[in-house]
Parts: sequence; structure tokens; C-alpha cells
Amino acid sequence: MQSIVEFDNLTKEFGKKKALDQISLQIPKGRIIGLLGPNGSGKTTMMKLMNGLIQPSEGEVRIDGIKPGTESKKIVSYLPEKTYLNEWMKVRDIISFFGDFYADFDHYKCRELLKDLNIDINDKLKTMSKGTKEKVQLILVMSRKAQLYLLDEPIGGVDPAARDYILKTILSNYNEGASIILSTHLIGDVEKIFDDVIFLSYGTIALNGSVDEIREEKGKSIDELFREVFKC
Amino acid sequence: MWNFHNNTPIYLQIVDEIKMQIISGNWKPGEKIASVREIAQEAGVNPNTVQRALSELERHELLFAQRTNGRFVTEDAEMIKNIRREVATQKMKETLEALLQMGYTPKELEEIVSVYLEDRESA
Repeated sequence: MQSIVEFDNLTKEFGKKKALDQISLQIPKGRIIGLLGPNGSGKTTMMKLMNGLIQPSEGEVRIDGIKPGTESKKIVSYLPEKTYLNEWMKVRDIISFFGDFYADFDHYKCRELLKDLNIDINDKLKTMSKGTKEKVQLILVMSRKAQLYLLDEPIGGVDPAARDYILKTILSNYNEGASIILSTHLIGDVEKIFDDVIFLSYGTIALNGSVDEIREEKGKSIDELFREVFKC
Repeated sequence: MWNFHNNTPIYLQIVDEIKMQIISGNWKPGEKIASVREIAQEAGVNPNTVQRALSELERHELLFAQRTNGRFVTEDAEMIKNIRREVATQKMKETLEALLQMGYTPKELEEIVSVYLEDRESA
């Protein structure tokens, strides 16, 4: 099977600290991957590398065979951990912003999803609650017909009902044949949507496998296993 | 969203859930079932996991696929009957074995079961 993402012996240092240490990894097409690990294990660093926002110290990362850059961004839909949208913008402005930037952006789908949530496209981001803002950003990201969705902590700051909504939106809107990498430390709620999980620990891969095989082998959920592996 | 418990693979739990739908008659013999994506959304799980569960059910011939037309529940009434039996036997086994281990005798249990069913009917 062809890989959509390849990490090739990649190390990333920040000063003397190694955030990622000789990571080698292949992510196939058409899979939903959970990138799991405690705070500071290197999840966001991996996300940023795949988006070309930071450069590896050693080794390489490739998206669909090429280095992250202008070309890869055409096929990668990225939800960063922190917002980069301007607070003063109206939702309708942001929609046209996304439409200008990304050829694969589906205006119609975006408006439909916003309508389902009763979000007025004339509202400014500034006036919205944190949870609503996060939903708007997720909708924007999921309204692209991308090959790879990189979702960095999409369920971090929202209540359980909103979490269900977000998971449902991801499942029902991702482009068929695309892969999703979703990073989180809230595992219990989301493990049922993953094909595979990757456990990151201090910048190395502690475990990489299929959710159902792990459940079968260990007789416990990913959440339980995580608590065991990363016990403080 | 469906509820899943922790210690068994999710696809097997989906297999069981669908078996329940079939034996309870919620999904009728010969009826077309929802698409993988629809089931995945309803259950709140990954489409590949649903795909795996449906393949498993096809392998056991509880579902059958028609090339371009989708998937259907088996029309084999005998098979559905067998599975009904299988499920009931399994449930009963779990309960009765536990009770036997607590020291109940088969005779006692038989009586308790029949009294329970009678009471339930007259209620």
C-alpha cells in the first residue's frame, strides 16, 4: 500500500533538547490514525513538521512522496492547536479566505455544516464562545477534499456533547480514500474511530499498531493501555 | 452512537450488535442494509472497522452482497433461527453457569425459571 506520510529517521532538536528522536514511520492511505502521547511527547512537533512549519534537524519527512511545501499544502488540510484566524473576521470572510487559498474547498458543504449548527455567517469570530470557534475551524478544515487531514487536538477544549459532534463531523465529512491523523490525550472518547494508534513517549514511538489487534492481544482498551504505559 | 465495552475488539462488538438487529427482526430477512459509511456514522466508529464487521458477517452468510446494489440480510430463515438459538444458549450459559457455581441445583434453577416466566406472563 502506498504511504501518504513517511518519516525517515527524523530527529528534531530544539537547542539541546531532542523533541523527536530518530522517528521512522509510514502512514498508509485511507486510514484514521490516533497520535497519542502525554504533554510534551512530541505530537505537535510531528504535526508542524508534516506541514513544513518547522524543519527537521536530521532525516526527512515526505507527504505523498514530496517534501512539505506549497505543493503538499494543496492536499493537506491542517487544524492547528492554536487558532490563526483573525478575531475581527466574519465567518463569511473566512469562508472566502479559505476558498481563495484552497482549490479543494467546498463552499456549499461548509455553509451546510454551519447551518446545521445555527451559526450565522455574518457573525464575527470575536463574539463566539471558545467551543463554537473550535467548531467553526473544524468545519472549515473538514470542508476541504484533502488527501490528508492533520488535526492537532481537535477535541481538547470542548464539552463531551461537542466532542461527539466533532467526531461525527470528522467521520461523515472526510474525503474517501484520505487519511486522518488526529492527535489527542483524551483517548477514551475517540479510540473507536481509529484504525491505528501511535504512542509517542519522549520523542520516540513506544507503540504502533491496529486498535482492534491491540484490544485482541492485550484484552484492554487503548485508553487503559495508555494509562498503563504512561503511568506517572 | 453505540456503546462499546473495553476488552474486546470493536469490530466483534459491531458483529454482535448486527446479529441482535437480525434476530430481533429489526433488520428483516432480505432487507437492504445501510451503507458502511452510514453505519459508521450512526455507531460513531471508523468505516474500516464497520467494513471488517460486515465482511465477517458475509463470511458467515448472515449478510450477502450484490455487486453494485449493496448488502442484504440473509433470506435463510433456518439460519436466523439457528443464530437465535445460539445467542439464547450463550446468554443462558453465562447466567446458569454462574448460578450453578454458587450452589444452586439444576432442579432449583428449572423451577425458578418456570415460575419467573409464568409470573411474567400473568403480570
